[in-house]
Amino acid sequence: MIETFYDVMRRQGITRRSFLKYCSLTAAAMGLGPAFAPKIAHAMETKPRIPVLWLHGLECTCCSESFIRSAHPLAKDVILSMISLDYDTLIMAAAGHQAESIIDEIIEKYKGNYILACEGNPGLDEGKTGGMSCIVGGKPYTEQLRRVAKDAKAIISWGSCASWGCVQAARPNPTGATPIHKVPDIGDAPIIKVPGCPPIAEVMTGVVTYMLTFDRLPSLDRQGRPLMFYSQRIHDKCYRRSHFDAGQFVEKFDDEGARKGYCLYKMGCKGPTTYNACSTIRWNGGLSFPIQAGHPCIGCSEDGFWDKGGFYDRLTSIDQFGIESNADDVGLAAVAAVGVGVAAHAAASAVKRAQQKGDQE
Amino acid sequence: MSIKTTPNGYTLNTGGQRVVVDPVTRIEGHMRAEVNIDENNIITNAVSSGTIWRGLEVILKGRDPRDAWAFVQRICGVCTGTHALTSVRSVEDALGINIPENANSIRNIMQLSLQVHDHLVHFYHLHALDWVNPMNALKADPKATSELQQEVAPHHPKSSPGYFRDVQNRLKRFVESGQLGPFKNGYWTNPAYLLPPEADLMAVTHYLEALDFQKEIMKTRTIFGGKDTHPNWTVGGVPCPINMDGVGGVGALNMVNLNQVHQILKDTKTFVDDVYLPDILAIGKFYKGWMYGGGLSSQNILAYGDIPDKANDYSLENLMMPRGAIINGNLNEIHEVDLRDPEQIQEFVPHSWYKYPDGVKGLHPWDGVTDPNFDVSSAKGSKHHIEELDENASYSWIKAPRWRGHAMEVGPLARYVIGYAQGHEYWSDQINRFLKDLDVPVDALFSTLGRTATRALEAQWAADQQLYFFDKLMTNIKNGDSSTHGGELWDPEEWPSEAKGVGFSEAPRGALGHWIRIKDKKIENYQCVVPTTWNGSPRDEAGNIGAFEASLMNTKVERPEEPVEILRTLHSFDPCLACSTHVMSEDGEELTTVTTSPIGS
Repeated sequence: MIETFYDVMRRQGITRRSFLKYCSLTAAAMGLGPAFAPKIAHAMETKPRIPVLWLHGLECTCCSESFIRSAHPLAKDVILSMISLDYDTLIMAAAGHQAESIIDEIIEKYKGNYILACEGNPGLDEGKTGGMSCIVGGKPYTEQLRRVAKDAKAIISWGSCASWGCVQAARPNPTGATPIHKVPDIGDAPIIKVPGCPPIAEVMTGVVTYMLTFDRLPSLDRQGRPLMFYSQRIHDKCYRRSHFDAGQFVEKFDDEGARKGYCLYKMGCKGPTTYNACSTIRWNGGLSFPIQAGHPCIGCSEDGFWDKGGFYDRLTSIDQFGIESNADDVGLAAVAAVGVGVAAHAAASAVKRAQQKGDQE
Repeated sequence: MSIKTTPNGYTLNTGGQRVVVDPVTRIEGHMRAEVNIDENNIITNAVSSGTIWRGLEVILKGRDPRDAWAFVQRICGVCTGTHALTSVRSVEDALGINIPENANSIRNIMQLSLQVHDHLVHFYHLHALDWVNPMNALKADPKATSELQQEVAPHHPKSSPGYFRDVQNRLKRFVESGQLGPFKNGYWTNPAYLLPPEADLMAVTHYLEALDFQKEIMKTRTIFGGKDTHPNWTVGGVPCPINMDGVGGVGALNMVNLNQVHQILKDTKTFVDDVYLPDILAIGKFYKGWMYGGGLSSQNILAYGDIPDKANDYSLENLMMPRGAIINGNLNEIHEVDLRDPEQIQEFVPHSWYKYPDGVKGLHPWDGVTDPNFDVSSAKGSKHHIEELDENASYSWIKAPRWRGHAMEVGPLARYVIGYAQGHEYWSDQINRFLKDLDVPVDALFSTLGRTATRALEAQWAADQQLYFFDKLMTNIKNGDSSTHGGELWDPEEWPSEAKGVGFSEAPRGALGHWIRIKDKKIENYQCVVPTTWNGSPRDEAGNIGAFEASLMNTKVERPEEPVEILRTLHSFDPCLACSTHVMSEDGEELTTVTTSPIGS
């Protein structure tokens, strides 16, 4: 007997009635008519768990560590009831050729119907490291990556390593570490980038459950990141934003401003240029995020964040400001007004409110 | 075939069957093991190879030393934070920066929470499947499991037959689905598994309970450091301010989130006392006849020490985890370890994929050279398809660090043996009680099981010390000190033109050191020697084998094609292969001769 998504929901105390309601809402959210609700219900009642091959390249395993910290859903429920995590060298019982044979089996049995989850990236340098900076089963990791990517239904690039290259790709990138989408001959499977070092646990499980629930990829921005989590800057939704607008700043760690929770912009905060969900979803079950704990954002979900100046160097230009990208003019006006204070902020807010209202209509 | 004896006393016989395990799974990073097995299935030769290299130290060159913690924290996301802590200590050591008492208490809580978390997750999620057979748990009578649970841990509330039946049913549905996920292709019919079904069911249940609970342990770090994995640290203190009673207190450390920290620390202690420790004992009872895997632990062990009671004092007297080296098994003599002494810690590369300039043998980390040189021309197979490594040539991305020329083991067992020899009261009591409960002699510690057991004992100690430092933090705040960052020398303009320093810690996996050189406000040189560099070391100049290799020797394997015993012993070290280092010039072509280091923590 196969345990389906429906079984999982039932076991978690969700009634059949609520389940059917959920299916109706899902149908509506997907822009489908009410007639589709039973179809969705049927799919969720019978669908077997989708195989996931989770490959590890050059990385530090912080993505996996983040993943297991997910509060909802629990990592346990994802692994036991939502996906079939058939290959993940971090937790799998088998080793050596018993582990490697699983890859062949899944590719053959589920061709085009499994997900490749990439943690880390390959080192393509063929010089001093001979293309062998990461070896799996006596062969270059790159080989395993290409083979699994070729027949995957979709590829999830976990974290900043797979999405952008991250720390091993920082200057001078001695191993030739290369993000997944830039690996030659990686194939045509769609790639979803979930950047961050690591990504937020609930964002990771949220991406997976979205794909399972809706049986489609999330909407992505031009860079391949899910819009729902990466379309706004940390600064846009930061609870300390009003102190920025009011010109109230922390000048050094543990000063009066720090104790009052003022803005960390002058401490080098990269929130104004970082697209991520930290200031809204927050970390570890919504508990906190770096700014809340008194440290400036280091911008870990941005491409090349290691090479964009020191973490404590103040951003010299902020060319993006408002919540919506088309509010840039408003934002620029407000940046110019920093220090002038509340009046300018109030004016900017009024403009933005009007504009948001316009968006809703 | 050849037979030779190493200087550290192992007779290596390369006859018989060669067994290759690649990838070694359930570890951090990438690793390969090869062994020779004789006609009685006894391991007569062992070869361990680190199969990942990332080059982090070269990347650090020229950066702001205050940023280094964030880079090196990404050496490892499993022991997240320990590299960051070691890094800020190295910068503080170089510049002579003191941190406030509150920052010391908070850092200690963060480091200790890592010890607990890392040990717990290692045991249940990386190591347990070497001892526990989930398929056998399906045969259990939930009532018998309930009785066992109530016997080994009467305080643990989740112990009813119905509870275990539910878990068993869920496991049954999972197995019957035919999609076995992480359990697929496990060695479930291997006679090396010795637990009765009721114990297997208890352990599998706790595998799931621990997976749920572990995320709670790290929430203290989210409160202090803003996120986990990879919380934030800072040179000179901690970034989180304390504001107990003033405007804006809601956004700083205050009564509410400190209460939450306190609750998490108490819950953590309860889980370790009522689940982790009893499981180790319960499982240990069935495996105490399996005394393989001691390796170097009874001979050469090393610890740097950690957890300063008072801030800024790294003397032996002030460190709650001991420092010292024991060589040739002489527990009566504990040698002082000096990380600055060029004669003590040195790294060698004759069997690693690096080369040194002509005539150079061992190098102290401050003077290290890393010049990658991948070469498997004498191995069986081809460059991109290695069939068998040649251990007489280079065979690993890990260098061979040595303490006064000796291959050393580091980690919880090394720490506990040094502590025991020094009369560390808390640890000695734990060890004596454990040996008595299990009814084994003290020599039993020098084994795979001993490594796994001392890790659990250390988690228990760490859970207690977290509460000690929480009390200390609260007392200090009560006494009127709310400082968490001194601000001293934050501005690089105030730094000397040149400085060098060493930071050290006891990472969950063992002794960790970072060596830094600062010149003109930038990192001139950065070097890490990490625990898995010690334990996973390949052979050295003289032919000494490393700790992983030594521990595999003379082990009997039930079925050579199913490497349960090899995994079991390697996992007992909790290998971490992610970290690598080493230096390359800016153009990526010609390699310079700067500081370096190998593999993971």
